Amino acid sequence: MSEQPPNEPITAEQVKHVAKLARLALSPDQVEHHARKLANVLGYAEKIGQLNVEGVEPMAHAMDLSNVMREDKVNEGLSVDKVLANAPDKEPPFFKVVKVLGEGAGA
Amino acid sequence: MTSASPALDIDLPNGTTARLMVGLEVHVELATKTKNFTSTPNVANRGYFDAEPNTLCDPVVLGLPGVLPVINREAVEMSIRVGLALGCEIARHTKWDRKSYYYPDLPKNYQISQYDEPICGEGTLEVPITDDPTGPTKRVRIMRAHLEEDAGKLLHEAPGGYAIDYSIIDLNRAGTPLLEIVTHPDMGSPEEVVAFCKTLRDICRHLGVTEGILQRGQMRFEPNINVVIHRDGQTYKTPIVEVKNLNSFKAVYGSVKHEFTRQVEEWLQTGRVMGQRAKSTRGWDDAKGVTTHQRHKEDADEYRYFPDPDLVPLNVSEAWLSEMQADMPELPAVKRRRYLGEFGLDAKACDTLLDEPGLTRFYEAVLAQGADARKAAAFLLNTGSKRANDQGVPLHELGITPTQVKGILDLLASDKVGSSAAEQLFGLCCDNPEVSPEALANKHNLLQVSDTGALEAFVDRVLADPKNARAIDDLKQGKDKAIGALIGQIMKLSKGQANAKIVTELVKKKTAAG
Repeated sequence: MSEQPPNEPITAEQVKHVAKLARLALSPDQVEHHARKLANVLGYAEKIGQLNVEGVEPMAHAMDLSNVMREDKVNEGLSVDKVLANAPDKEPPFFKVVKVLGEGAGA
Repeated sequence: MTSASPALDIDLPNGTTARLMVGLEVHVELATKTKNFTSTPNVANRGYFDAEPNTLCDPVVLGLPGVLPVINREAVEMSIRVGLALGCEIARHTKWDRKSYYYPDLPKNYQISQYDEPICGEGTLEVPITDDPTGPTKRVRIMRAHLEEDAGKLLHEAPGGYAIDYSIIDLNRAGTPLLEIVTHPDMGSPEEVVAFCKTLRDICRHLGVTEGILQRGQMRFEPNINVVIHRDGQTYKTPIVEVKNLNSFKAVYGSVKHEFTRQVEEWLQTGRVMGQRAKSTRGWDDAKGVTTHQRHKEDADEYRYFPDPDLVPLNVSEAWLSEMQADMPELPAVKRRRYLGEFGLDAKACDTLLDEPGLTRFYEAVLAQGADARKAAAFLLNTGSKRANDQGVPLHELGITPTQVKGILDLLASDKVGSSAAEQLFGLCCDNPEVSPEALANKHNLLQVSDTGALEAFVDRVLADPKNARAIDDLKQGKDKAIGALIGQIMKLSKGQANAKIVTELVKKKTAAG
C-alpha cells in the first residue's frame, strides 16, 4: 500500500462523525490513527478508478446471477431460549435494552 | 376574499389564499406465509397474528454472522400486483440495497430496502370522492413503490402496562415484507387524503396482498404536508412536515386538518417558508387531536445506501409479467360499478358485499353457480348476516358452501321451501356442508306442499269445520282479515309444510265461489 496516489487527508471531524454513525467510541489517539488509516484505505480503493470501464454496463452485483428466489414455504423458527441465547441482556421472552425513545427510523 | 378550503380553522387576512398540498407514504405489511428474506412465519399472515413474542425468529432475522437472505417470490409478486393495480410502470430490472439503521429493533443494523431501482415506478390512482361510482374522481399520481422489510417491535412498558425503566424487544415483526408506496403531493384536503387511504386499502385487500388491519399496524400512513399561500401576487410555501406512523383513518384526517391550520398560523406569525432542510417530522396525539414536535433523531438521514451484496438483482421478464397481468383479479371500483349497475344492487348491499374480500369471493362463487345476483345478495345479507351476527363468525366462514346457497335459492324459486324453512335450511347447511339442501329439507320435513290436490284436502277440512262458519261468513262479506285464522289452521294441519301462497289462493277461490 505504499505506492498509492496521494489522497485528500481525512480530518479528525470526519473520523468522529463516521465513528458516531457506527456507534464507536474512539479516544483522541484512535481518532488520529484512524484518520491516517482511512486515508490509506480510500486511496487504495481509488485504484479501481484507473480501470477503463467504457462501454461496461454498471453492475449491482459481482456475480452474474439474477432471480434467486425461494418459494413461500414455512420453516418454524428457533425456540425462544435459542433466540435469546446470545442476547447481552434479556427478560424472557423479550430482549432487554437500555431505554430507547421514539420510533425506529427505517421502516 | 378568504380561503376556499373548508378544512382551515382560521380566517385568513383579505387577499390571502391558502392551498393544502399532501403526499403520502404508505407502508403495507404483505401477508405472505413467510418473511421477506427467510422462511420463518410472517406475523402479518393471519395464521401467526398472535404468535408469542420472539417465536418467529431464525438466524437471518437475528442477524447472526454467516447467514444469507433469499427473497420470497410471493412477496415480489404481491408487490407487482399492487403496482399493476396502481398503473405503475413495473421495473424490468430491480435490486435491493442496505439502508444503515442502528436501532435495536432490527439487529443486523441495516434494513434491506430498495433505493434507486424500486420494483414499481410511476403510476396513478383514481380516487372516488363521492359515493356515486360514476361520479368525479381525484387523480393521485404514484411516485414509486418499493419492497423492503419491517423492523421488530420496541416496547417501553411491560406486558400488562407496567412501567419499566428499560426497553424490551419482540422481533416477530422483524423481516415482515413491507411495501412502501409513495405518492406525489396531489391531495388537497383531509377528505381526499382519507379517500386515497381507504381506496388503497380496499385494493390491497381485494388483491389479497395484506389483511390490512389498521389496529395491528398492517397499513401505516405518513402524510407529507405543506401549504401554498398566495398574498399580493407572491407565493409562499410552508416547510414540509411529515407526520409519522398513523394507523387509523381518524388520525390521518385529524393530523392533516390540524397541520393545515397550524402551518398557516405559523406562517402568519413567523413568515417562515420552505428552506434548505428537507422536512421535519411530527407525531400525532390522538387524545388531544394535535400534531406534536418530535425530537429529530440525530443523523437519521445518513442512511448510506449501497447495493446489498448478499442479494442478487431481479429481472422481471415479459412472460412473468404477462402471467401476473392475466391473473389480476377484478378491482373493487370495477366491482362496485358492476354491482350497482348491472346487478341493480343498492349502495348498502354493495358496500357490505365489497367490504370484506372473503365475502365478495363467496358471493361471486354463488353467482358462478348461476344464481340471480339480486336474490342471492338479499338472501345472504338477510338470512346469512343474521346467522353470522348470532354466531360471531364472518358469513363466508359459517360453513355453508356457495353450491348449497344456490341450492336453497333454487328451492325458494320453485316454491319447494318457504322463507322460514329456507332460514332453517341455511343453518342446517352450515352444520352439514357435505349434504345437499334438498336432502336436508327432505330429512327435516321442510319441503312445502305445493301440490294443489293435497292442499285442497287440507283446505276443505278446515272450511268444513263448523267452528269456522263465522269466519267464512265474515270473509264472504269482505272482511279480508278473517282469512288469517283459516290459513293458520291449514298450515298447522300441514305441519307447516303447505305453500302459504297457494293455500291463500285456494281459500279465496273457495269462499268466493261457495
